[in-house]
Amino acid sequence: MSAHMNLTLKVWRQKNDKSKGQFVTVQANDIADDMSFLEMLDIVNDELTRKGEDPIYFDHDCREGICGMCSLVINGRPHGPKYGITTCQLHMRSFHDGQTIVIEPWRAAAFPVLKDLAVDRTSFDRIQQAGGYTNVNTGGAQDANNILIPKRIADEAFESATCIGCGACVAACKNASAMLFVSAKISQFALLPQGQTERYERAQAMVDQMDAEGFGNCTNTGACEAECPKGIKLTNIARMNREYLGAKLFREEDIHG
Amino acid sequence: MLDSKVPAGPLAQKWSKHKFEMKLVNPANKRKFTIIVVGTGLAGASAAASLAELGYNVKTFCYQDSPRRAHSIAAQGGINAAKDYQNDGDSVFRLFYDTIKGGDYRAREANVYRLAEVSTNIIDQCVAQGVPFAREYGGLLDNRSFGGAQVSRTFYARGQTGQQLLLGAYSALNRQIHKGKVKSYTRHEMLDLVKIDGQARGIVTRDLVTGKIESHEGHAVLLCTGGYGNVFFLSTNAMGCNVTAAWRAHKRGALFANPCYTQIHPTCIPVTGDHQSKLTLMSESLRNDGRVWVPRTVELAQKLQKGELKAVDIKEEDRDYFLERKYPSFGNLVPRDVASRNAKEAVDEGRGVGKTGVAVFLDFAEAIGRLGEDTVREKYGNLFDMYYQITDENPYKQPMRIYPAVHYTMGGVWVDYNLMTTVPGLYALGECNFSDHGANRLGASALMQGLSDGYFVIPYTVGDYLANLGSFAPVDKNHPAFEETRKEVETRINALLALNGTKTVDDLHKELGLIMWEYCGMARTAEGLTKAKGLIQNLKKEFWSNAKVLGENEELNMSLEKAGRVADFIELGELMVDDALNRRESCGGHFRLESQTEEGEALRIDEEFTYVSAWEFKGENQPEVLHKEELVFENVKLTQRSYK
Repeated sequence: MSAHMNLTLKVWRQKNDKSKGQFVTVQANDIADDMSFLEMLDIVNDELTRKGEDPIYFDHDCREGICGMCSLVINGRPHGPKYGITTCQLHMRSFHDGQTIVIEPWRAAAFPVLKDLAVDRTSFDRIQQAGGYTNVNTGGAQDANNILIPKRIADEAFESATCIGCGACVAACKNASAMLFVSAKISQFALLPQGQTERYERAQAMVDQMDAEGFGNCTNTGACEAECPKGIKLTNIARMNREYLGAKLFREEDIHG
Repeated sequence: MLDSKVPAGPLAQKWSKHKFEMKLVNPANKRKFTIIVVGTGLAGASAAASLAELGYNVKTFCYQDSPRRAHSIAAQGGINAAKDYQNDGDSVFRLFYDTIKGGDYRAREANVYRLAEVSTNIIDQCVAQGVPFAREYGGLLDNRSFGGAQVSRTFYARGQTGQQLLLGAYSALNRQIHKGKVKSYTRHEMLDLVKIDGQARGIVTRDLVTGKIESHEGHAVLLCTGGYGNVFFLSTNAMGCNVTAAWRAHKRGALFANPCYTQIHPTCIPVTGDHQSKLTLMSESLRNDGRVWVPRTVELAQKLQKGELKAVDIKEEDRDYFLERKYPSFGNLVPRDVASRNAKEAVDEGRGVGKTGVAVFLDFAEAIGRLGEDTVREKYGNLFDMYYQITDENPYKQPMRIYPAVHYTMGGVWVDYNLMTTVPGLYALGECNFSDHGANRLGASALMQGLSDGYFVIPYTVGDYLANLGSFAPVDKNHPAFEETRKEVETRINALLALNGTKTVDDLHKELGLIMWEYCGMARTAEGLTKAKGLIQNLKKEFWSNAKVLGENEELNMSLEKAGRVADFIELGELMVDDALNRRESCGGHFRLESQTEEGEALRIDEEFTYVSAWEFKGENQPEVLHKEELVFENVKLTQRSYK
């Protein structure tokens, strides 16, 4: 049988990106342990709504851990106390009756708060726009099986490609570095034959954009890897540094001959 | 009046012939046209990227904070393509045939054939983009059989195929955003369609952050806004999935086709309580190795429900593997609608399992015995983990509990062969349209259709429309139609914000969901549907008199966002019921209890219902008018589906 609990929430409330925010205490009562964390917030919001008070705004969409939209720092940990899952996959059985839960948005200069717990992550999109693709138009692609890719390489590229772009790595980092996120995409293409043609330009362009967005530097603490819900490895950052160094070492004509 | 514009000629040559016959837009003139793409899932992102590559100016809109988060991302299983890499007898015609048959002969032949035809190009395109599909040790692409197909034609990327395909399309879109050919508007919602002289010429949007109501002009508008499964409140759709863009277009003249065709997916995690916000699907690839069963008797089921017995306590002879028993040749791999209906039947007989009794078992014990736990983990590990996270039960040790949930909607905006709706210049792509899956969609075909429409169909057909406009002039943004439509949108928002009753929008949405699930779900009757119509009409009145909508327009306001969407869902719900009532046959996902074979299978009535129902909006609170597109089958013979 499911157990029920009463919780004290300390939630970050902020009207919009121009106003100052603050922690507000809210009670969450009679919460079943088989609810998801976001369903617990739904219930709190339902009560606020019935009282005519503004519900707590938080980002979420698929609620199955794949869209990357949900983004809460729960008791100091991005996506909460469990490893390898997003906020929407967290269930209340990870908490106990009487507990106080502090809920904050991602904190980073490059992720300004829009309202309450929702932040603006368009900086991530702009980094992808700078080079996170292969330059191929629709049509005219060769037969898919003409490109042989060893399973080991394909699997490794897949591991990097599973990044959901949630930003937990940035939220976890004391420098608000986005290197895990950026390196995952750079790695995917650096590993695959399809990505070779522009591997150095890609690394250069994406890193430059990352810097321009105001993300911090990497000091190898590994918090990003620990908090990543998809298990993106730090080795991606090492590969990115290699790619970036390559871009600096080789002149254009050396790359293209 | 409904002209499907299917080209003449033999099936296999229709598309190439049509491609040649369509007009082209000179490369230098393409930049004079602007195309609006609403929704950035597989259909929207692939269309926007491909059109921008051709030289058109494109504007994309999505309600999420990034195009990458569209719900295509959640598709797990795979994408079909008639590559025949496995040398197992697949072909374009076989994929076409399977899709037509799977759709229970309620889809348009020519569209489905084209889908099968371009399916092979999709895989080539995605691989060129760097989509990391699963591979064999020799470096070739791996395939699997999916959803009961007799051939292995499904390409996949572990259990995250939708994610990888969407990120591929998103990367192509990003490339065009970087080049300045696409302007991307995120956290924007389309709230209306702007028509000038009967043609689609723009949209009105709300900036979800600032509340600003804006008009955007374009020479064509592409709706790529997905399905309407959230009309049931509980579904496997993302929380934000909604019908508003499509419904607003419907009210501006786009016919809505086959709204009653909804797909209920058999392998979802069952509902646990009233607090439930959504349902989680687990890929039906699980049915490749999992065996579906319930206890033979109600007494045993009750003991399981009360927790007096565990699944492992039930002896083999007391288990009813009902799919294997009833369908010996397809077994657990029968199509989704058949599997779902049989689960419902077992539950209705009182033989359901779990605390609520509304679930059946999906058991891997036999597979673990045959393959070993490690192999099963390799194949399904992420799904087993997901199940464990949600239920706190270990599926390696005890059977999963599953129950059907609303997953996909085959119905949608009516389109012709060119994917154009009945409003000139307005197109619908992907799940948003009705065109390819008939009354039931096969597994791994949704991704195929989204990308087919976006990469390989619309770039040709929209060009034909633009070339025939006879003018390269920009759309007049000062035309009064923009101001009028914007005012109507503002009036509606103000009406929503003025609601200060006692029920939350979620309360009303849940009520709608219960009505739909009960009377317009897996089994439908004339009596139930008639009752549902009355209930929905009352609900609509209650919404507009007793809903509670908080806050103001000029802010991130989830209360307002939801209210607008639910108001549209209520209206759609009534149309779904009308459509289900009209279709007195059973077909695919639409099961009318009055129309079944002696063995309890769906019984089509081909003489009367071999048509697409396309509904025309006639004004607020007026009955919609039914138009019929007769379906003509020249290449397949209509048979009663049998999976025995």
